[in-house]
Formats: sequence, C-alpha cells, structure tokens
Amino acid sequence: MKKLVILGAGTAGTMMLNKLEPVLSKEEWNITIVDQYETHYYQPGFLFIPFGVYNKNDVIKPKRDFFPSGVDVMLDSIDKIEPKKNQVILKSKKILNYDYLIVATGCKINPSETEGLNEDDWYKNIFDFYTIEGALGLAHFLKYWEGGKMVLNITEMPIKCPVAPLEFVFLADWWFTEQGIRDKVEISFVTPLDGAFTKPRASKVFGDFLSKKNIKLIPDFSTGRVDHKNNKIISWDEQEVPYDLLVTIPTNMGDEAIERSGMGDELNFIPTDKHTLQSKEFENIFVIGDATDLPSSKAGSVAHFEADVLLENFLSVIDGRPMRAKFDGHANCYIESGFGKGILIDFNYDTEPLPGKYPLPGVGPFSLLEETKMNHYGKIMFRWMYWNLLLRGAELPIESQMLMAGKRK
Amino acid sequence: MATREIAGVTVEIDENGYMTDHTAWTKAIAEAFAKEEGIDELTDRHYIVIDFMRKEYEENGTGPSIRKLNKQSGVNTKELYQLFPGGPAKKAALIAGIPKPQGCV
Repeated sequence: MKKLVILGAGTAGTMMLNKLEPVLSKEEWNITIVDQYETHYYQPGFLFIPFGVYNKNDVIKPKRDFFPSGVDVMLDSIDKIEPKKNQVILKSKKILNYDYLIVATGCKINPSETEGLNEDDWYKNIFDFYTIEGALGLAHFLKYWEGGKMVLNITEMPIKCPVAPLEFVFLADWWFTEQGIRDKVEISFVTPLDGAFTKPRASKVFGDFLSKKNIKLIPDFSTGRVDHKNNKIISWDEQEVPYDLLVTIPTNMGDEAIERSGMGDELNFIPTDKHTLQSKEFENIFVIGDATDLPSSKAGSVAHFEADVLLENFLSVIDGRPMRAKFDGHANCYIESGFGKGILIDFNYDTEPLPGKYPLPGVGPFSLLEETKMNHYGKIMFRWMYWNLLLRGAELPIESQMLMAGKRK
Repeated sequence: MATREIAGVTVEIDENGYMTDHTAWTKAIAEAFAKEEGIDELTDRHYIVIDFMRKEYEENGTGPSIRKLNKQSGVNTKELYQLFPGGPAKKAALIAGIPKPQGCV
C-alpha cells in the first residue's frame, strides 16, 4: 500500500482530500488526514460577525462531515515533519510514514510578534477579526460602543485575504450609519502599502471608495509597536496614530510545526514552486493554500484554483509522468462594500484586477471592479457553495485559469 | 529596456527605476542612488544591509523581506528604518542595485 498523508483539514486540505479520495484506488492507497481541531470554520464569515450579520452557528460545522469514509483521520497536532525520513511525528509521539505528503497547514495571526499587542488590552479595546474569538469579542464591543476613533491597521504583509481589511471598514461605515452614530466615529485605514491595495488599478478604485465613505487612508505605515497604555500605534519610523478602538490585522505566519521542521522561511511559509505547487526542496511533498510562500493571495479562492492544478500534477507524479498543470496565481474575491453592495475582482500573477463581466464574458452576472448589488448576492450565496460544493471537491462552473475574456484593459 | 546615467555611467533600469543588471553595480552608483533618496552618506551600517541584500539576491534571485533582514543581517528593523527612511526593503534594494522586492498580494 502506498501512503498519502495530508496535513491540515482546513479549506485546502479538505478540498484536496475530497478530490483525491475518489480517484486513488482503494487497493493501492491509504490516505491519512491530520488536524488538531474538530471544528471547521467558514472563515470568510468572520467578517460579518462583528456587525451581527452572522453569528457563531453560521460559520461552524464539524470537520468530520467533510471526510469521506475509508480515510484515516488523526485528531492530533503535528510535532514536526522529517522530510528526509518521509515521516511526520505527531504530538502524541505517533509516527506517520508517507510516500507522498500534502502540506495544508495554513496560516494564522500572531499578535505576539508586535510589541504591546498581546497584552492587557487585547480583547478590551483591541481586537482582530481573523479568529472566531476576536470576531465575537468585537461584536460584543461594537454593540455598546458610542463612538470615537476606530483605527484598522495591517501590521505587515502578506496577510490572509488581503481584501478583508477593506471590507471591514466599508461594512463598519455602513453599520455605524445604520446605528445612527456614523458622525461620532472617525474611521482610519492604516496600511504598510503605498495605497489601499497592492495592485495599481484596484488600489485606485478602492482608494476612491475609502474617500467617498469618509474613511481616512494612512499609507506607508509599518506598525512597529502598540502603546496600549496611551492608545496609539507607532510605526518603525515613529509616526503615531491614536485610537479608541483598534481593529488589528496582526502579523500572519505559517504553522509553528513548519518552523520546527526547518522547512519554512522567516514567516514559516514553505518555499513552493509557484506553478507546480511542489515543494522546492522535496519532490514527494506538495504544498497548497496559505502554507505556501507563493506571491499570490492567501485566500480560499486561490486554494480552490490550486487544488485543480495539484490534483492533475499529483496524478502525473504518481504515474511517473512530468507535471503539466501550471498554477497561474488566479484569485477571485468578492468584496463587501456596505449597504447591500459588493465589488468583485479577478486576477493572477501577471494580470492585475481589471473591469469587465464575470464569469460569462459580456454577460456576468457579476461585474468586475465595480460596485453592484449582484456582487453582494454572489458573496452571500458563496457560503452555501462553500459548505456544499467547494469543500466536497465538486466542480464549480468557473475555470481555475484566469481568463482575459470579459475583461477590459 | 530603459537606461539612465548615474555616477558617470549608463545602466539599464526597469520601469520602477531599479537596476536590471546587479553586476554593473559599483559603490559610486550606490552613493549616487542614496543621495537621490535623501541619504547623504552611506555608513558601514548601510553597507552591512546593502551587502546582505546583494548576497541574498545572488543566492535566491530576490531581495530579502524586512523581517529576514531583521533576523539575519545583523541590523534590526528599528535601525533599518533609521538607515533607509520610508521603506527599507524598497530603498535598500534600489541602492544595492537589485530589483524591487516582489510585493506580496
């Protein structure tokens, strides 16, 4: 029997499991998936929790609901990978041998990386919304907040879902308006980038949205420390921004198990071939989703497009064939812009987000780089697709490779 | 490919003004770039960073992130911002004659 081990049963790992399980012969393959948690979180839903749109039950399901039968499931944490021995050592000391390994250990926020962040005021007037705890804490805080200075800061890049911070301030503008306190809240968007987003045209469009919504953009601000006693964030070059409520996107890092295995870069992301998704160092290791060091967005849509490529390449490799599928860096993001509207962007390594129609060229129903009600419905519908199609590895009616058709230059 | 005059020589540059051939780099070029960026004098501390950036680029084909500089170059983030005000990774790459570090999305 050949052994395939998948590390991590988040979005990427679960999708890969459900794509591979039906096509690998049961007589020849033993598949094991490892994860330390029992609950699967619909992470795109965290954004809506602070504003009471979703509650906890809307974003959780048991992971076991998404595991096909006949797969070995290990509810355990990973101590380390020993890639030269083709072994994974679990915290319980159990050793898993593998012929092939798929690493899908994701990334997470690490507030301890920033001086003054993970201290007394963490979850008092400083919150993240990238964890269920942070999102729920923020919901509770906002319910009773009477206004003041709300600052959102991106500590450093890269971060998971790079559009989520923009969505957060757009939704906050809407929510404070609905609460009747928008005139009492000053919203600032603090980023280490030189504009609202990484790519020029989208950055311009989002920058215009920020100013239209009276949200102050503070670019080129790399957060060095948080002075939580005096309620201000301070950049490495000593600029200061005062806050009453700090919504922070802390440093994002890959799993500590990657560091323990000596397989990661300085942020614990694994050096990965950006087209084949094979580890740069080990031929029998593949990496998918947020765990890679690819210059693409860390997002579920990216993991989904990667999964199609990885499936094809994995099947080639086990047959002793060269890998032919190439990931192009395709990402597709619905951006909530508040007041029941949304913006959609579609891009890859080489093509920045452009205006147009998606997925059907000229038809839509979604509009690229434009604010429409339909884009918002797309986002709302997506939760159903995520639970019922995406995680289960079903084919979605969109291409993994980005298409130029329907886009305007 | 665009070119420009700097420190009395002609070098090839990309659309962001970064040198495309790091082997054509000299200390005189570094000093001229630094002046344009408002850094009057390149000290030994600057050169620790510049040398590290060039070594990283030669080994990995891309300049290091600020985090890597902080961890491995011997110059911490705080000092990096003092040495190269307003964006150490981008400015040091320009002065070191290597391409602009890949922005993450």
